[in-house]
Amino acid sequence: MDVNVVLSYVAFFALAGLTLLSALAVVTLRNLLRSALALVVTFIGVAGIYLLLQAEFIAAVQVLLYVGAVTVLILFAIMLTERLMEARLRQFTGKWWLAVPLVVLVLALVVVALLGAVWVERPKEALPTEPVASLGEVLMTRYALPFEIASVLLLVAMVGAIVVAWPIRDRLKAVEEMEKRVIRAKAGWKEEKPGTSEGERVEVAR
Amino acid sequence: MTIPLEYFLILAGVLFCLGMYGALARKNAVGILMGIELMLNAVNINLVAFWRYGVVGEFTGQVFALFAITVAAAEAAVGLALVIAIFRSRRTVNADEVDLLKW
Repeated sequence: MDVNVVLSYVAFFALAGLTLLSALAVVTLRNLLRSALALVVTFIGVAGIYLLLQAEFIAAVQVLLYVGAVTVLILFAIMLTERLMEARLRQFTGKWWLAVPLVVLVLALVVVALLGAVWVERPKEALPTEPVASLGEVLMTRYALPFEIASVLLLVAMVGAIVVAWPIRDRLKAVEEMEKRVIRAKAGWKEEKPGTSEGERVEVAR
Repeated sequence: MTIPLEYFLILAGVLFCLGMYGALARKNAVGILMGIELMLNAVNINLVAFWRYGVVGEFTGQVFALFAITVAAAEAAVGLALVIAIFRSRRTVNADEVDLLKW
C-alpha cells in the first residue's frame, strides 16, 4: 500500500475522532463555558477535514469565521449573561430519553440511505492549477448576484443585531407590565376552565 | 482522493446528529445555538465532500459552503443579540421560561 494512502487514512481518522469527541463534549458538558471551548476544537477539526478535501480557501474561512468570530460571539454572550455560568443551574431539559431515540433514529436513517445509495463513479478529475483563484473568478462571474446579496444579508444582520441588543432603559418595565397582564389573563382562563369541568362532573354524577 | 466518499458522509451524519442532540437536550438558548452551529458544520462537510468527488472544476459545492458559512455567521450574530436582549429584560435565557407568546 502506498505511504500517501496510509497517511491520508490516518489523517482522516485522527481528524474525525477529534471532531466527534469534541462535539460530544460540546453537547454533554455541564459548564457552558467549557463546551464553548470544546466547540473551538470541533471547528478546527472540521477545518482539517476541509484541508484533507483540498478545499484550502474554505478551511481558511472556517478558521477565520468560526474559530475567530462565532466563538468569540458565543463566549461574549455567555459572559454577558452571568447566570449561565453557575454550575448548579440546570442546563438540560431532562428529556434525554426523548432526544436520544430521535437522534439515533435520524442517524440510522442517514446511514441506511447512505449505504443503500449507488454513487456514480466519476473519473478522478485533477484540481485546477490555481483553485483559489478559480473560486474567486466563479464568485465574481457566475455567482456574482448571490455574492452581493450575501454581503447585503451580512450588513442587515449586523444592523439588526446591534438594534436588538441595544440597551433600552424602559424595556424592563414594559416587559414586566406585559408579563403581569399575561399572567392575569392566563389565571383567569385557568379559573374558568376547571369551573366548567367541575360543573360538568357534578352534572354527570347527578 | 483515496478515501471513499461514504466516510466523509458518515462523519457528517454523526456530527449532525450530535448537534441535533445538543439542540434538543439543552435548556440554554446559547447551548441550543451551539448545537445548531454543529449541524451547519456537518452540512458544510457534506457540500465540500460532494464537490471534491463531483465536478471539481465548477466549484459549486465550495460556493454553497461559503454561502452557508456566511448565513450561519449572520444567524449566530442575530441569535446571540436576541439572547442578550431576552436576558436583559427577563433575567433568564432558558428556552422554556421564555413563554410569553405560549398560551
